[in-house]
Amino acid sequence: MWEYTDKVREYFLNPKNIGEVENPDAVGDVGSIVCGDALKLTLKVDKETDKITDAKFQTFGCASAIASSSALTELIKGKTLDEALKIGNQDIADFLGGLPKEKMHCSVMGKEALEAAIDNYRGIERPVEEEGKVVCKCFDVTEEKIRKVAMENHLTTVDEITDYTKAGGGCGECQADIEAILRDLWSLKTPEKPVKPKKLTNLQKIALIQDIIENEIRPGLQADGGDVDLIDIEGNKVVIAFRGMCSGCVKSGMTIEGIQAKLRELVSEDLIVETQ
Amino acid sequence: MKPVYLDNNATTAVAPEVFEAMRPYLTEFYGNPSSMHTFGGQIHRKIEDARGSVSGLLGAEPEEIIFTSCGTESDNTAILSAIESVPGKRHIITTRVEHPAVRSFCKHLGRKGYRITFLPVNHQGQLNLDDFIKALDEDTVLVTIMYANNEIGNIYPIEKIGAILRERQILFHTDAVQVMGKIPVDLKTLPVDMLSLSGHKLHAPKGIGALYVRKGTRFHPYLIGGHQEKGRRAGTENVASIIGLGKACTLATGNIDRESKQLSKLRDKLETSLLKICPDSRVNGDVTSRLPNTTNLSFEYVEGEAILLRLNEYGICASSGSACSSGSLEPSHVLRAMGVPFTAIHGSIRFSLSRYNTGEEIDKVIEIVPKIIKELRLLSPFSRDNTGKKIACTP
Repeated sequence: MWEYTDKVREYFLNPKNIGEVENPDAVGDVGSIVCGDALKLTLKVDKETDKITDAKFQTFGCASAIASSSALTELIKGKTLDEALKIGNQDIADFLGGLPKEKMHCSVMGKEALEAAIDNYRGIERPVEEEGKVVCKCFDVTEEKIRKVAMENHLTTVDEITDYTKAGGGCGECQADIEAILRDLWSLKTPEKPVKPKKLTNLQKIALIQDIIENEIRPGLQADGGDVDLIDIEGNKVVIAFRGMCSGCVKSGMTIEGIQAKLRELVSEDLIVETQ
Repeated sequence: MKPVYLDNNATTAVAPEVFEAMRPYLTEFYGNPSSMHTFGGQIHRKIEDARGSVSGLLGAEPEEIIFTSCGTESDNTAILSAIESVPGKRHIITTRVEHPAVRSFCKHLGRKGYRITFLPVNHQGQLNLDDFIKALDEDTVLVTIMYANNEIGNIYPIEKIGAILRERQILFHTDAVQVMGKIPVDLKTLPVDMLSLSGHKLHAPKGIGALYVRKGTRFHPYLIGGHQEKGRRAGTENVASIIGLGKACTLATGNIDRESKQLSKLRDKLETSLLKICPDSRVNGDVTSRLPNTTNLSFEYVEGEAILLRLNEYGICASSGSACSSGSLEPSHVLRAMGVPFTAIHGSIRFSLSRYNTGEEIDKVIEIVPKIIKELRLLSPFSRDNTGKKIACTP
């Protein structure tokens, strides 16, 4: 069960400013029912002073989405549009006494709805998302949004991006892309692959191959009643022999590929594994 | 406020009779059943009595029962035992709607080089037996299919599946955690080799489970150590809980028909009333073959976690397949496998009853749920019908 603050509970159970203002001057519509949360924000704006005189919301979502939306309307009422734009998602979370980190995306949705509504009021066309820019297909999150939210909240890890935008929290396929975006954004260097040393002497190579076969390959095969022996290493050719259940097994081709992939990953890309 | 507890597929209350039966083994009789002295040794006989009660409920022989720590351990043990017994074969068949105790473990084995077939289900969550037969091949070492689904309550055709597998001499395991005490199980006639059960789903405490292994089935232990459970599951016995599980099985034996009638009557009243009062609601699952205590309903335009937390304010306990209530961003794998639209998954609520629920409680839920759905729909931007008119629960 989520640990919500009393204020989140209060704003969820008795939300303020529900519904739609009549003849709204500004409408911000974000999220979708498929993604699991959505918010429609409607505003009344005084044309003379640029002040938000009324704000109402409708939200589809969990307790923290409803509480965040209601908090947003309370925060922006009476403010000028420029003042309102300075409100960040963290301000929404702070107003509620904090949100569980996995629920920060609810506060981000509030911020987005506000920006959408103000753009709508000012007649700014919001760009239709290009297909290629969507990074997370499960939750329809664009690269632009990931960069923006990461900047605003100083996010540096994929997990944090998932907490704040949901991106990467579905099938997980885009997690490497998010990682790349974060590296680019914070100009981090791609770390060198840890295990694989650059240049090995022949002796070092043989010792490393022996070690990997002994500790990473044999235990798995032995668990299945098989085994493998290292017979010889000539240049980039690794000669092995299967024992026990593995010898003559129809799957040994698959096993060779597996061993080769492992050795290529950990020792050298040019290794070729063969049986005796 | 006494809670209205309708989350019995998650866990159940320990029956007072069970607690009383356990109490002496948590206080005065604390000995180790393996000890040579009478103080400990006498407990061994009590464990064997409990084993008899468990086997009695299943129509099994006492020596076919191994006590474990939980349903997950039973499931993991059964699967590992099967693949160790037939080391040459590397194909496992299961379903897309299994409990994580089987599903995640099979995925884990998939990463270790086993080939796993996850059988699909249709919109009602039913399996297609032709799909199942087509999936069988020379390399199949084990079929593991749940007896009944925890989220939607569907009962799977274990007898038919078992008969097909027996003909082909392929091992068959079923996770029966949700069916114990709810529908009769008779392993004298049911063609199943291994069956998992869990104490806390049938009014015994948490931390106790059992695995049935049919006589003559090759078995490899998972926990290796002492000689407990005839070497089939090492570790000092959880004596009090074993006694508790035995008592819970005794209480269930002979009462299943009566209890399941009582449960399905209350469940059906809850289900039909809510579907009637709340527009844009639906049942998820196979209403023709379902556990008597379970109903899984979807309410469009609203989100499950919000429903649960508002129900919580009234002391009503249920669960949801929505993403927000699961601790991850992914909604229920069961409802997704069934192709339930995302909009309906987000608003899904499971009510699961037990023998301790009353008609008054169900009446209270029938009164409160539509009120909450209506309130949340008023908050939702999606509650419109085709003409643009707001939809709300009619009171």
